[in-house]
Amino acid sequence: MANAVEKPKDSFRPSMLLYDTRYRSLTIQIVVFALFVAAAAWLIDNTVRNLSALGKDFDFGFLGVRAGYDIAQHLIPYTQNSTHAQAMLVGLLNTLLIAVMGCALATVIGVIVGVLRLSSNWLVARLMTVYVEMFRNVPVLLWILLFYTVFSEASPTPAAFRGEDGQSMLLGLFAVTNRYTAIPDVAVERGFGTLDLGLFSLNLTFAAIVVVLAASFYVRHRLKARARAVQESTGRRPSTWWKSLLIVVLPIALLLWVLGTHLLVPSLSGFNFTGGINVPNSFMALWLALSFYTGAFIAEIVRAGILAVSRGQSEAAFALGLRPRRTMSLVILPQALRVIVPPLISQFLNLTKNSSLAIAVGYLDLRGTLGGITLNQTGRELECVLLMMLIYLAISLIISGGMNVYNSRIRLKER
Amino acid sequence: MSDTHAQTVPFVRDTMLPQAAPPAGQAGAVRWLRENLFSGWVNTVLTLLGLLALFVLVKEMAPWFLHSVWNANTLTECRQIVADRWGPDATGACWAMIRERWPQFLFGFYPSNLYWRPVTALVLLFVALAPVLFPGVPRRLMVFSVLYPFLGFWLLWGGSIWLPVVAILGFVIGYAVWRVLQRRSPLLALLGGIVAALVWWLFLAGPVNEALTSALPLGLEMVRSDRFGGFVLSLTIGVAAISLSLPLGIMLALGRQSDMFLIKTMSVCFIEFIRGVPLITLLFTASLLLNYFLPPGTNFDIILRVIIMVTLFAAAYIAEVIRGGLAALPRGQYEAGNALGLNYFQAQRLIILPQALKISIPGIVSTFIGLFKDTTLVIFVGLLDPLKGITDAVRASTDWKGIYWEPYIFVGAIFFLFCFGMSRYSMHLERRLKRDHR
Amino acid sequence: METIERAIDPSHMKISDEIAIQIRAMNKWYGQFHVLRDINLTVHRGERIVICGPSGSGKSTLIRCINRLEEHQSGQIVVDGTELTSDLKNIDTVRSEVGMVFQHFNLFPHLTILENCTLAPIWVRKVPKEEAEETAMHFLRKVKIPDQAHKYPGQLSGGQQQRVAIARSLCMKPRIMLFDEPTSALDPEMIKEVLDTMISLAEEGMTMLCVTHEMGFAQAVANRVVFMDQGQIVEQNTPREFFNNPQSERTKMFLSQILGH
Repeated sequence: MANAVEKPKDSFRPSMLLYDTRYRSLTIQIVVFALFVAAAAWLIDNTVRNLSALGKDFDFGFLGVRAGYDIAQHLIPYTQNSTHAQAMLVGLLNTLLIAVMGCALATVIGVIVGVLRLSSNWLVARLMTVYVEMFRNVPVLLWILLFYTVFSEASPTPAAFRGEDGQSMLLGLFAVTNRYTAIPDVAVERGFGTLDLGLFSLNLTFAAIVVVLAASFYVRHRLKARARAVQESTGRRPSTWWKSLLIVVLPIALLLWVLGTHLLVPSLSGFNFTGGINVPNSFMALWLALSFYTGAFIAEIVRAGILAVSRGQSEAAFALGLRPRRTMSLVILPQALRVIVPPLISQFLNLTKNSSLAIAVGYLDLRGTLGGITLNQTGRELECVLLMMLIYLAISLIISGGMNVYNSRIRLKER
Repeated sequence: MSDTHAQTVPFVRDTMLPQAAPPAGQAGAVRWLRENLFSGWVNTVLTLLGLLALFVLVKEMAPWFLHSVWNANTLTECRQIVADRWGPDATGACWAMIRERWPQFLFGFYPSNLYWRPVTALVLLFVALAPVLFPGVPRRLMVFSVLYPFLGFWLLWGGSIWLPVVAILGFVIGYAVWRVLQRRSPLLALLGGIVAALVWWLFLAGPVNEALTSALPLGLEMVRSDRFGGFVLSLTIGVAAISLSLPLGIMLALGRQSDMFLIKTMSVCFIEFIRGVPLITLLFTASLLLNYFLPPGTNFDIILRVIIMVTLFAAAYIAEVIRGGLAALPRGQYEAGNALGLNYFQAQRLIILPQALKISIPGIVSTFIGLFKDTTLVIFVGLLDPLKGITDAVRASTDWKGIYWEPYIFVGAIFFLFCFGMSRYSMHLERRLKRDHR
Repeated sequence: METIERAIDPSHMKISDEIAIQIRAMNKWYGQFHVLRDINLTVHRGERIVICGPSGSGKSTLIRCINRLEEHQSGQIVVDGTELTSDLKNIDTVRSEVGMVFQHFNLFPHLTILENCTLAPIWVRKVPKEEAEETAMHFLRKVKIPDQAHKYPGQLSGGQQQRVAIARSLCMKPRIMLFDEPTSALDPEMIKEVLDTMISLAEEGMTMLCVTHEMGFAQAVANRVVFMDQGQIVEQNTPREFFNNPQSERTKMFLSQILGH
């Protein structure tokens, strides 16, 4: 095609850097980036000069050095002679433990309260509103301290459980004392022993339980799939609930019986409970406070999610003759979950981050080990704080990355 | 069979029926009880459980509250009074502690003869907020809102009045230069204004301040940062961080929405980094690491450092809230702005942001509530927050050793009032917005 | 109102003596507010009834009572020989016999068009999936959108969504259809496609109760028009009589308002 008008070959003028759309954004970006690099260089230069003035260097070698302090709760073997890196790992595991257990309990509380807030029962709905408002509008630190105080100030000493007229244990299994909460331990008489695999040893008893459980759930999954197939071909859905209950419960019950599983109920000997597990109150307080606090937020999310599914949806399902239970599982829940899950995950993130307040009650998590005692002992502020931030960041990014995948999978298709 | 079939007998009502009362058992308290508390066995069980929970709570807590003691000097004295009045086994709240120590909860260790200064600052804060929060207040008061940060700073920390004045002058000079150069080129004006203000602050402000101070030594008594504590500290950090984080958050949100790759990447990295780490680690950075990052020898105020970090923290969250608001705007608004010939900044300022901010108000307020609650975390960098800092300080005295419940309940109640009030205000705004949009 | 011609000659339509819906002395209150007052209405099989009236007159509430989306407090509603009481069995029976189309479609946004149509047949009628899908495709062809079967409701236009909603109800093979202002949420050009679907349904002899403001539809299809005001039936008559020779003052006023411009 012959172009009548030749595109004028404009010579480059400096002002075009600013007023030509082709160069403008590039110019701005280069300027901003240069400023950013300059600022970063300035900060790094400052840091280097400060470090040399203090006679310090930037080195993570301290992680291999003997830690020399105790951590009361450790999920992996740990002694004073372990390294700082191991201490950090113990702290990280403690953080993850509180996060996972907190998220689980908070979800349970949140779902129950969120549903009850929508209940037509006037009294219960009001009580739940009071709970939600009370917990949401007060700093989480206060709840942690308050729960800790309930345990440490309002609970009896272990010795108070002594004798006939002493305190009685909850259900005969639990004892809340001012130092720890004694809960029963689970023990087996005839374990399968352990298998040494060189690098680590495998607890065969534990492995057997996991395998049986996994197998039961797989069979249950197959059962449901079969029920669906039967329904699709004949229209009748065979009732599955009692079969799946049996499939899940029976094998594991049998295995536990073969193993001779029994509870080791804590009992008082001397001034302390022995036999069970003594969970430190710092853990209990932190766990309950974080769960109840986050639970209040989750309750609001659940409530909003259910309300977001319009009334018309359930009416349409009723008009088609679906029973309330089916309406819930086929129409309301699938839609409500789309609304609920993303903010729910961000609450999980908040709970994980808030678990760093463990320091207020002396529970040694990542913040308490790496960012606390290790930092103070080694004086490596820069390394410790940076490493701690990176670890928290990694946890957050993993969780939110998972959420993004989920979100893109369930997004409603619209024009 | 046809149209004229018997069933289509025409019908005309000649007298309208009046409103009738519902049948008996369908109205009044009985119906209310049946519908709201005892409809079906699930509901009945829930009601009974609720009543049981209420009963247990009241039974456990009512005596403690009823046996409150307001007049005592020590905890032992308190307990003695409770035992004398209600028997040796009775427990009672000892609010006398609050009565004696409330100035500490409010002001920390701020000199007691200077309490009027934080109080004035708080009152003036409401005056400064009025034109922002309530549409009915005259716009001219905005000038005061703009000047308030300097006034508030001066009232709280004291010192020579010339310091804030000189700081304001920097803005005035920058603005003047921008105004003069505006006619030549907007970009030049922006750069000129910034440079002029920087030159003033970095090189001229110091000497001018000294000269003015020695010539006319007007000022208030200095109060050091370590005297701050209690709710004065919480409010100072909270208000400062809230007002500073809003503009920063807007900038970050716009950056994240930008088509410029580098700017977008930098905004995303900043926001995700801040949102990914706990506030406590940022506070640590403020107290431990900032000294490494700044030129050797710099050592500035810990409260200021904390405010900077809390501001960055809140800005990242606000940016996400505003991004939601920006995303909710229809594409047509951007196109209309461009079609009218507005440039990027004009379109943002006049069309996009006013609407996006309006949509984001509830989210912004709840971020602020979170921020205000989070000011209690400053205890972990050694500042005396009202919750743990002051409470520990109170318990450290022999008089009140062992008092736990009362201070927590008192501080919790005050936080509740602030946060609940803010959330109700945001709900009110939300409703007003919905009305406006209809 | 002239846009739709008299599509059905009423004299050719089969209206049997069999009673489909019988409402006797029915009253309903919302709290203290008396929404439905002494409603008496008998609908025979094959009848096409249009219910009209000013907003707030209780028309929607009335037809929502017929499949018990709303509860009545006194009087009697018998649908296909089943009386509506709090008995869940009866409610289930009635609901699976009565189809309903809503003003805002209420399609399930998380399910495809086909899944929307097969959900109830599979779970309520216990029809095998393949058969349910065949039925669904049959009705989707009838409402002229078989090619959209695997899309989601959000991807369809309003008129298409409402036709899917009609098909979804039809998949349950109902004997009675209720329409609650099916065209009020639609753009003008989409109203016709929905009305056409309803007309063809009427031609097949479906018993229909329709709350609508489409007076053209009423004239074309209905064999009876019921006019409601203040929660009571004020007038009912054949469309010809109703429109040409309204009796009560309220009816005249309503017609002058709705047809006046």
